[in-house]
Amino acid sequence: MARYESLLDALGGTPLVGLPRLSPSVPEGAPAVRLWAKLEDRNPTGSIKDRAAFYMVREAEESGHLHPGDTILEPTSGNTGIALAMVAKLRGYRLVCVMPENVSAERIQLLRMYGAEILFSPAAGGSNQAVATAKQVAAEHPDWKMLYQYGNPANARAHYETTGPELLQDLPTITHFVAGLGTTGTLMGTGRFLKEKVDGIQIIAAEPRYGELVYGLRNIDEGYVPELYDASVLDRRFSVGTRDAVLRTRQLVEVEGIFAGFSSGAILHAALAVAHDAVKAGRGADVAFVICDGGWKYLSTGAYGGTLNDAEEALEGQLWA
Amino acid sequence: MAIEVRVPTILRSYTGGAKTVEGAGDSLSALIDDLDAKHNGLKGRLITPEGGLHRFVNIYVNDEDVRFLGALDAKLSDGDSITILPAVAGGALGFAAAAALLGRPSRRPAAAVPAQG
Repeated sequence: MARYESLLDALGGTPLVGLPRLSPSVPEGAPAVRLWAKLEDRNPTGSIKDRAAFYMVREAEESGHLHPGDTILEPTSGNTGIALAMVAKLRGYRLVCVMPENVSAERIQLLRMYGAEILFSPAAGGSNQAVATAKQVAAEHPDWKMLYQYGNPANARAHYETTGPELLQDLPTITHFVAGLGTTGTLMGTGRFLKEKVDGIQIIAAEPRYGELVYGLRNIDEGYVPELYDASVLDRRFSVGTRDAVLRTRQLVEVEGIFAGFSSGAILHAALAVAHDAVKAGRGADVAFVICDGGWKYLSTGAYGGTLNDAEEALEGQLWA
Repeated sequence: MAIEVRVPTILRSYTGGAKTVEGAGDSLSALIDDLDAKHNGLKGRLITPEGGLHRFVNIYVNDEDVRFLGALDAKLSDGDSITILPAVAGGALGFAAAAALLGRPSRRPAAAVPAQG
């Protein structure tokens, strides 16, 4: 179907494309091991977050939590903010994003273009200040609604009801599903659906491993695990460093013509690991993985050109997924 | 046998500031005992009094989460690489951490950022 009543109706139904050049070759006579990419950058605002944003807003409307003209408050500067800004605009809500004052100009421009208002927290106060600002804003405006993507079941349900069924329909022979681990919504929702329908399917998480500057900020006693996370849905979980993510992101565009953000490169890295394990074991595999978004928003990092060392340096301290 | 262990900034007070240390053991629990003998107190930050992995600590063997490889019983071999990281969510981390990158110009982070907490 190629005609829709509105942009929101065009959500999901993204293409699943084979990667004949990046799929590992197998010995003669051995069953094929194939990689398949689900192009989530083909969603209305260009990322997989459109699914969760739409579901969270619709669920809040149906439960009476959200009424026309309400203000939604979201502490994010990433794809969720951009997706929510579009959904809020089309459904008649005001969106306020709380974010640190030192995020990239591209993010701020995109959010403002979609009509979001931005409250900046002072960079100088560190992470405590950012969290404190969000809490203060929420306290001052108790009528503003937070959708809280880390604990909102509608986030995972979006994937249980759309991403999972789409994958099964397009690839009934699926053996592995690989996606990024952030809010965990994609993996929990899609993973639960596929585990109910496909015997023996493996659900694999790829999480970004940033430069150590980022982790240096965290006390190990204050770690953060999203409420949506249920480890029993996963079979394996990979930590992918900046260098591997950049290498795979470049391979995606150089070898298969897919221009993606760095989180998709990290996911491909994990997908290749399980694909090669299947080759070694002499088993056939259809490994589906997620392209989360396109590379446009990350061009200014400079990490698409130069050596891998240059790229790693450019992304040091940056939250590339 | 030698296994390389990458230690997060927050735990380097136990390793004299070292980013990586070497340990030995044929399982993760044996390795942690070995590390604790050399870097007293480290074990208490990784393992709860009940004997399980601390909820907010992630440990990876060759980039794979040990919780899916048998946790403390995960088998180790010479040449394996271990990474210890605080457990954090992408977006939540991004929100908090991006603010804390003090005075970050367009591409480079500030040279030194104090650890919080």
